[in-house]
Amino acid sequence: MASMRDIKRRKGSIQSTQQITKAMKLVSTVKLQRARQNAEKSVSYFSCMYETVTSILGMTMGMKHPYLDGGSAGKKAVIVMTSNRGLAGGYNSNIVKLVTGSFSKEDTVIYAVGKKGRDALARQGYEIAVDASEIVEEPAYADAMCLTRRLLEAFEKGEISEIYLAYTYFKNTVSHIPTLTKLLPVALQEKEPAEDTEREEVRGAQAEKEGQNDGEVRKAPMNFEMDDEDALNLIIPKYVTSLIYGGLVESVASENGARMQAMDSATSNAEEMIEDLTLMYNRARQGSITQELTEIIAGAGAIS
Amino acid sequence: MEQFKLRIITPDRVFYEGDANMVELNTTEGEIGVLPGHIPMTVVIKPGILTITEENETKEAALHAGFVEILQDSVTVLAEIIEWPTEIDAERAEAALHRAEERIKNHTPETDMARAETALLRAMARISVLK
Repeated sequence: MASMRDIKRRKGSIQSTQQITKAMKLVSTVKLQRARQNAEKSVSYFSCMYETVTSILGMTMGMKHPYLDGGSAGKKAVIVMTSNRGLAGGYNSNIVKLVTGSFSKEDTVIYAVGKKGRDALARQGYEIAVDASEIVEEPAYADAMCLTRRLLEAFEKGEISEIYLAYTYFKNTVSHIPTLTKLLPVALQEKEPAEDTEREEVRGAQAEKEGQNDGEVRKAPMNFEMDDEDALNLIIPKYVTSLIYGGLVESVASENGARMQAMDSATSNAEEMIEDLTLMYNRARQGSITQELTEIIAGAGAIS
Repeated sequence: MEQFKLRIITPDRVFYEGDANMVELNTTEGEIGVLPGHIPMTVVIKPGILTITEENETKEAALHAGFVEILQDSVTVLAEIIEWPTEIDAERAEAALHRAEERIKNHTPETDMARAETALLRAMARISVLK
């Protein structure tokens, strides 16, 4: 049986760990609320963007354009969104698994957003083309624009032929789903399930109003001021940007959600361990008192 | 007077939502004013002033990028960047204007003229909406 001092020391160290995990949980709860608000605020923008792009693609069907039918045989680019810091449960490793499971390292270049994913993929031999990890801290639309510009430059040069986005879809506080979306070339029939459910879920209250809008969009044939190709050139980059930004805010919300969960279970695990150790400590204390008493009684008996 | 629903949405907020008599803005093809009952149309924005004419007052904002979906009885502006006059930093806009002018005046073959011009237009839009 471990000595009383050992047990006490162990208990102390677990207690201080618990304090840290508790604090981290509180911090990520607050951050989660903010990230969630950001994600929700951007939803109406994306649903409008999505409708417009769908109607434009409906108009330009059968058109030849690199954004629609892919470039030459270049590599595949994957934007990998992870966090910069660990201790978020399976959040980072799920995304990494998703990427390594879907792409071979020979024909893939990684656009890393988040240090954890970047490091894990670099270790496995993937080529990291761009590292934009700092934008996870404070996702801004301008950052997404900057990343899109770099991607589209490479796309136009023919260095990459397909662009994918790997992010974590924030379904609710406890459920985060690693998701892979194809950004370019845009496939008309392809609807991102995540994007759709998100819209439907969060729209909720607005649903009625939006529903009417949907109807109108489909009824009226859309006109363009400029010709179709220019429209695609201008609008597709904006579409890609909005998807990247959407993925970014969702990922940040998921990251904090995952960390909150991980820290919550760590805190309760620590609680359990402390309970066990307290019991052990009390037993050891009782044991030592009994032993001392026996010794004293034995000593007194020997004297008399 | 007849009105239409105007919604201006940015990636991080709903910038404006309400009924308007007319909205004027700058597009890649020139300045346009939209009244209720316009034919359905999508236009791409060029930096400029967005003017909303409501029942009793007019509002102005500096609109820099995005596109507009015009329908018979509603207009939706998907703005990447848009600011009310109170949100604009006049000094920064002036500085940006000078910087852009400088870049266009002393341009070298490497200068990205399209970008410099957009920057110039943006700065001009900001300054003119403040006046």
